[in-house]
Amino acid sequence: MSNTTIADSDVELNDEGFFVHPEQWTEDMVPELAHREGIDHITDAHWQVIRFMRSEYLAKGTGPTVRVLGKTSGVSIKELYQLFPKGPAKIAAKIAGIPKPRGCI
Amino acid sequence: MPDTIEKVSIVISKGSLEGIYPGLIMANGARAEGIEANLFFTFFGLDAIHKARNEHIKLATVGNPGLHFATMAGGLPGVSTAMTHYMNHKMEKLDIPSIPEFIEMIADTGAGLYACKASVDLFGLEKNDFIDQVQDIITVGEFYEKAAGGQIIFT
Repeated sequence: MSNTTIADSDVELNDEGFFVHPEQWTEDMVPELAHREGIDHITDAHWQVIRFMRSEYLAKGTGPTVRVLGKTSGVSIKELYQLFPKGPAKIAAKIAGIPKPRGCI
Repeated sequence: MPDTIEKVSIVISKGSLEGIYPGLIMANGARAEGIEANLFFTFFGLDAIHKARNEHIKLATVGNPGLHFATMAGGLPGVSTAMTHYMNHKMEKLDIPSIPEFIEMIADTGAGLYACKASVDLFGLEKNDFIDQVQDIITVGEFYEKAAGGQIIFT
């Protein structure tokens, strides 16, 4: 656990860099969070995935896996990996300020 | 050694349902974690990428004590098909993709799919027999070149 300042707000992140308190997240933080994950150019498609992760988490209490993202977010698996090469569900969850999605598929 | 895994090369050597899925799950899971992954299909594992066969992969009902099923019963005609059907149904409920769909998905994640040259020659197969996602038929030496710097997992 560590306290960090993102977009001028204090937030608490766990050891892997996921938000401990998703309610601390705001959309203003997205550019800085994305930059920390090596994404400097945030496209509309990135936003689509990030907002989808966030709304799924708020609705269901857990973020979707890559398989679910590919089927329901409107972005294909291939494109998801182009947008987030280091793992679409994992990296998008970090940027969306939600816990790491759990699931084996 | 770094304390994170950056790359895995997974060998799938068996042609049964329970022989193929674990390697696929590990490859897909690796990519989901941002880990580079290669899949290498050898011996009966080639059925997983065989155009005509990969939709008909069966569960082994003989010689599989984990099923807790009498071997004699497992060998009766239709039993393997029925058990496979039952297993596929259970997996579908958990949203686990079928083998052809899963392999297509894994290729879409950017993982490399390769067939083993020795096995391809042994079974008299050619590139055309395999699904389009298979990048190449490679020798064991080429496999080690591709696997260099990562972990190798044999299933």
